[in-house]
Amino acid sequence: MNVVEVKGLSIEFGGARVLEDINFEVERGSVLAIIGPNGAGKTVLLKSLIGLIPHGGAVRWADGVRIGYVPQRMDIETDVPLTVREFVALRGAGVSMAKIKEALGFVQLDERLLDAGLGEISIGQRQRVLVAWAVIGGPDVLLFDEPTADIDITGQESIYKMLYHLQKNLGLTVIMVSHDLNVVYRHASIVMCLNRSKLCYGAPREVLSSEQLFNLYGGEKAFFQHKHG
Amino acid sequence: MFNQPIILPLLVAVFVAASASLLGSFAILKRMSLVGDALSHVAMPGIALALLFRFNPFIGGVAFLFVAVIGIWLVEYRSSLSVETIVGVFFTASLAIGALIMPEHDLIEALFGNITGLSAPESIASIILSLVLIAAILSIYKQLTLNMVSQEIAQSIGIKNRRLEFIFLLSFALAVALGIRFVGALLMGSLVIIPAASAKNIARSLTSFMVESMTFGMIAAGAGIVISYRYELTPGPVFILISSIIFISTLVIRQTRRA
Repeated sequence: MNVVEVKGLSIEFGGARVLEDINFEVERGSVLAIIGPNGAGKTVLLKSLIGLIPHGGAVRWADGVRIGYVPQRMDIETDVPLTVREFVALRGAGVSMAKIKEALGFVQLDERLLDAGLGEISIGQRQRVLVAWAVIGGPDVLLFDEPTADIDITGQESIYKMLYHLQKNLGLTVIMVSHDLNVVYRHASIVMCLNRSKLCYGAPREVLSSEQLFNLYGGEKAFFQHKHG
Repeated sequence: MFNQPIILPLLVAVFVAASASLLGSFAILKRMSLVGDALSHVAMPGIALALLFRFNPFIGGVAFLFVAVIGIWLVEYRSSLSVETIVGVFFTASLAIGALIMPEHDLIEALFGNITGLSAPESIASIILSLVLIAAILSIYKQLTLNMVSQEIAQSIGIKNRRLEFIFLLSFALAVALGIRFVGALLMGSLVIIPAASAKNIARSLTSFMVESMTFGMIAAGAGIVISYRYELTPGPVFILISSIIFISTLVIRQTRRA
């Protein structure tokens, strides 16, 4: 059964085509990884899926699907007067402490972090808080936009491990934007290569051939195959 | 302790400052510090027309503010011009227009405020509207905070960002219309921003930020009225100076904490 069906999705910003005729569907319980070079429209695609960006074509979510969205970054200052506890409480009145603790457990965050400022904690920790925030809402689908430059490798790895566990334990469908081809190779059920239009689509093993990646990234051929070859 | 004439202006100042500084805490979080100045300038022609044609200046101000708020809101979404540019050009121009058509003997009052000039019904209306404004902000503050932290997340849980921002701008306009009689068009931006900026220096949580901002605004307003009565000074500037002293004190506290 499909969680979402996307047909002929296209987006223009000021006359420039950012996405062109994107078609795909995502099966319940699967992990779709969207890869592509910088500026390929990955984040734009994710945002259009939740209606943040006006688009042509159709995005059809299955009835009653609850979406948890984890943005790439938050536009906040380090001294923003907002504690993690207060941020989590913004989820709504019905959020119990037990539920918050459970969500923090899922994302492997210490409860002591609740009293820290949201702007003070590391970017990796904040990303976990955001995932916990999404999880508290009891989503069926998690949309995860990978933070790029501003997070270290070990932080990234553990976030993906955590996402993987979430998907296994909660039976979530995950749609994620990723730059790390190793992660994609290990965890994704389906990979979509995106560079304005859909260049490839399928299981990681089939899709992530050197030739496909060459087409996707142009000259910067991926080193991925050598690592796992 | 106070003789009769001071009590009403004192109450008005304290309530108006409380609502303006509560609003200000979100203006600071949304990095809209300049909007207060801009809006107060826009109110000027409205007040001037009201004085010329002898209707209530509050209504004149509110009418112009309402138009400006719709303008800002549309510009934010529809044009590639930055809000700052629009503010810099058009809103100072409206201050200029206001200054030209304002009857001369009212000009100083419009620029620097005169809270003692309020009639009793006007004072009571100001207090009630301040309470309405506080209630309005408290009813949307969670959504506002989320909108400020991440519009995407807000949208993903069904918050209508555009509508929320419009309500916020309307609240802003009301705060300006209320405060402009107290501190005047030139100092209005400071009434909104300084107490909140002071609170941000020392607050770590949202609750303390909001409470401290309101407290600073109320203390400065109360002290400002008392001092200006005792020494026969214009209340607006006195308020701003006291607020600035509070700001510097909180800045010192912030720096010592960090050291």
